[in-house]
Amino acid sequence: MINFDYVRATDVADAIRKISATPTAKFIAGGTNLVDLMKDDVERPKTLIDISRLPLDKVEKTASGGLRIGALVPNSDLSYHPLIASQYPVLASAIQAGASQQLRNMASTGGNLLQRTRCAYFYDTATSCNKRSPGSGCSALEGLNRIHAILGWSPSCIAVHPSDMCVALAMLEAKVHVSGPDGAREIAFADFHRLPGETPHVDTNLGAHEIITAVELPPQGFARHHTYIKIRDRLSYAFALIAVAVGLEMEGDSIREARFALGGVAHKPWRSSEAEAALAGQKASRENFEKAAAIFLRDAKGFAHNGFKIDLARRAIVRALTQAAHGTPQVQAIKKLR
Amino acid sequence: MSTTYIGTPASRVDGPAKVTGQAKYAADYNVPGLLYGAVLSSTIAKGRIRRIDTRAARAVPGVVDVLTHENRPKMAENDKAWKDDVAPEKGSPFRPLGDDRVLFNEQPVAFVIAEDWETARFAATLIEIEYQNDHGQTDLEAARAKAFVVPKPEKPRGDAAKAFASAEIKHDAEYFIPTEHHNPMELFASTAVWEEGGKLTVYEKTQGVQNVQRFLCNVFGLKSENVKVMSPYMGGGFGAGLRPQYQVVLAVLGAIATKRPVRLVLTRQQMYGLGYRPATIERLRLGAKRDGSLDAMMHDATAVTSSFEQFSRNDTGWGDLLYKAPNSKHTHKLAMLDVPTSSDMRAPGAATGVYALESAMDELAVALKMDPVELRLRCYSDKDQNENLPYTSKNLRECYEQGAQAFGWEKRNPAPRSMRDGSELVGWGMATGVWEALQMPAAVRIALSANGHAEISCAASDIGTGTYTIMAQVAAEMLGLPIENVSIRLGDSSLPNTPVEGGSWMAATVSHAILVTANEIKGDLLAAAKKINGSPLAHENPEDVVLSDGSIMSRKNPSRTVRIVEAMREAGLDRIEKEKTHQFEQVKGYVHNTHSAVFAEVKIDEEIGVIRVTRVVNAVAAGRILNPKTAGSQILGGVVWGIGMALHEETAYDHRFGRIMNANIAEYHVPAHADIHDIQVIFVDEPDGRVNPFGIKGVGEIGIVGAAAAIANAIYHATGVRVRDLPITLDKLNR
Repeated sequence: MINFDYVRATDVADAIRKISATPTAKFIAGGTNLVDLMKDDVERPKTLIDISRLPLDKVEKTASGGLRIGALVPNSDLSYHPLIASQYPVLASAIQAGASQQLRNMASTGGNLLQRTRCAYFYDTATSCNKRSPGSGCSALEGLNRIHAILGWSPSCIAVHPSDMCVALAMLEAKVHVSGPDGAREIAFADFHRLPGETPHVDTNLGAHEIITAVELPPQGFARHHTYIKIRDRLSYAFALIAVAVGLEMEGDSIREARFALGGVAHKPWRSSEAEAALAGQKASRENFEKAAAIFLRDAKGFAHNGFKIDLARRAIVRALTQAAHGTPQVQAIKKLR
Repeated sequence: MSTTYIGTPASRVDGPAKVTGQAKYAADYNVPGLLYGAVLSSTIAKGRIRRIDTRAARAVPGVVDVLTHENRPKMAENDKAWKDDVAPEKGSPFRPLGDDRVLFNEQPVAFVIAEDWETARFAATLIEIEYQNDHGQTDLEAARAKAFVVPKPEKPRGDAAKAFASAEIKHDAEYFIPTEHHNPMELFASTAVWEEGGKLTVYEKTQGVQNVQRFLCNVFGLKSENVKVMSPYMGGGFGAGLRPQYQVVLAVLGAIATKRPVRLVLTRQQMYGLGYRPATIERLRLGAKRDGSLDAMMHDATAVTSSFEQFSRNDTGWGDLLYKAPNSKHTHKLAMLDVPTSSDMRAPGAATGVYALESAMDELAVALKMDPVELRLRCYSDKDQNENLPYTSKNLRECYEQGAQAFGWEKRNPAPRSMRDGSELVGWGMATGVWEALQMPAAVRIALSANGHAEISCAASDIGTGTYTIMAQVAAEMLGLPIENVSIRLGDSSLPNTPVEGGSWMAATVSHAILVTANEIKGDLLAAAKKINGSPLAHENPEDVVLSDGSIMSRKNPSRTVRIVEAMREAGLDRIEKEKTHQFEQVKGYVHNTHSAVFAEVKIDEEIGVIRVTRVVNAVAAGRILNPKTAGSQILGGVVWGIGMALHEETAYDHRFGRIMNANIAEYHVPAHADIHDIQVIFVDEPDGRVNPFGIKGVGEIGIVGAAAAIANAIYHATGVRVRDLPITLDKLNR
């Protein structure tokens, strides 16, 4: 672990000023991922700018009928917030599927978006990794790649994004509010995280000197027909092999609108507009779910150890769509799949 | 024998100290001037250090010294000095900072000592090393062909190969257990402190303070009277702390180099550079008649050890204890890899070997279309066929019966995939467990005060199993005192001699040492009581009195008593102190083992493969149970570990680099709370007057043996898919 300076930001403008003035600085909020990475010498910030005391901890209704979630709202608070539980239960469920209660107590909304991959090579400075050390090579391609990507990967990087919350946010089509030296802007959730391409060290489209101030949820929360299921190697406190967030709008037993996003399959939460379109206007039937899953996974390709994910993703998509259509979402405290 | 304390579910006497933070562990001892160490670990598995540059590290303000193989203080140069009490017989033990050779990944290559831990850790990142990388081998499968046979006690019987070849029903399969690490909660740590007169006290995480004390004296040429090792509490050992680990050598090296006290706490990642349960390939060949009687048993194990020591335990041969077979032959091989030396880990040998044996027996039952319990009863052996000796006691039949009944085994439909609960397939499996009932010579000191308080002390470690508690129970019983009046001191190398805490032998070992020492105390008390004018015990012999309820009491005539405090007062005794060694020898003409029958229920989502272990019943026959509460916890913990072994645990190597890629407890999976459901422990009544006077067999390890097999067998019953390589992750079911 490398020594570092520690400063506190007094407000958002001050945070932007400080990070602009100190290019090797990093923001720290909950620190649940950053501190681990610093201990492992993966991150070596010269300065930590503590933003945890900034007034970004409110959950507020928006004029359009959505919700604006401050970037510093802790994951636990968010998942148990009455408006989230009632209007966006899929988000509450996804958050509760992640990490442990203790980590969720510390982790912030904005920080959750910025957590780094769990690829073992990214964490081990004795091995090469293009995400950690650009141009050094990807050790996972021909190494231990059981947890790695089956979609959207590049020969430079086959890591996956580890968040559960982000899978639900992608499905919900949230917007990310950011502020920087050039002012404030919004980024559509689908555009927030990047695919690895040739630059796997850049996880997001957040500017170097920008800060996340809020995540905005649109009014549609799929509170009636939704689910979040997470398949992992133990029943709690493990990252997803496959996770599926589903939101359906139903008319009788027909689907008016379908959305589903997968975690554990790509460098970002993965959606397929084609697969979703294939369900619109269709009966909620196993056959149609299978078709949508097949479209979703058409280009999936695995590696030596993660080929199983393709078939597992298919089964999980079908199961999640079934749960959502039936209005019987997975309850995270219950480990039996519904 | 009617008892007051022995056999009662007493709560841990050390519980309050632990939950209030009063119990101090190795890294909790603070002294003025304490220095902090940080280890730099190797990043290659095999090679040499060509160049090591510590100048930048030394230049950091607050750094006091940086030790490497080039500048460390002197250490012993012969292997004998480095062989601790439980070192493997063959080989050359690892010497930290010994020379420029790298023998495994995560090997310590430099030791930074600074005024604070952050500085030490920072400075360690500034050390530059140039390696000659000889690309080590860490893959058991790749090294298998070079594995060599190591001798084991069991002798071949009959002609197993021939009997197997002509058997009516044959089962031949290979099972695999990956490398597993202990992952105790407490990190390995040592605090080495100089006392007045150049004496050294080392606060240490260990399962044997006297083993570490002798080791340090040998390695550093120190006089025994000048070195004391303390480990009164331990945050989990499981075998990891049987041998002295490298951190204690470094802490003492640091203390010698700086002439100041030094503390070293390893990181979680560095804990993966210590011992481990070796990856093992187990081949089982069973030949049977159609009626289920066995003709042939062959068990061949190939396990991992380091390139420099030969560690192995008995994986094979357990079948000779459990199942009658006229022909039997086993081999045990070792493959030397560029890894640290493998080590004991809860039920070493049995956890792995019996997993394979009991999986194979299940597969044989399937082939015979026979109930798995019925098959085991058909083959039940009343003697150890290796030794051709009977057991001191073996109530395994009762384990099968009581376990099956508690589980509801008779409702099992034998056909795989035949039982379900909604979207889940239900599987019921069972397995046998077996472990040794061992005992060692040991001494304890008892100091009885005139106020009726007794202190019992010995060097033994309580590694979390409940040794403090059962010692207090046995001592209170033997001395006839309330348990509140008994205090226990452990984990100090200057106290009476005891062996390392391992092999499930400590309960029997210390209990009998207390028994003989308490008898000495009783003799003195009777002598004192006789001095009272008109003593009611004037004509009693020591063997005819007991200490009970604060009094010396005649067995024949319990109305004849003298209060202990009164006897001591009359004799003018402030204190009676005795130290006796129980010179234990295992009983001749019998073998001594613990046994169990484990029954497990799994529920598996048919579509997705999510596995839940919803019920486990573990029926254990382990002689006299001193404390059903702490003993029950040992079995529960063993079952939880068995669930982890079956479903979760695997140390993942990237053999290209010879590195462990999940050296942290986020990615090295052990069961989470959500993975654990109902676990029922049954202690089958097993009076045993032969194994030792108390009839104690020990329960530290039997709980894990068979648990993984019972779960694996249940998974087969649920799904019809037989997975033989652990852990059974859901992708293996969906293959």
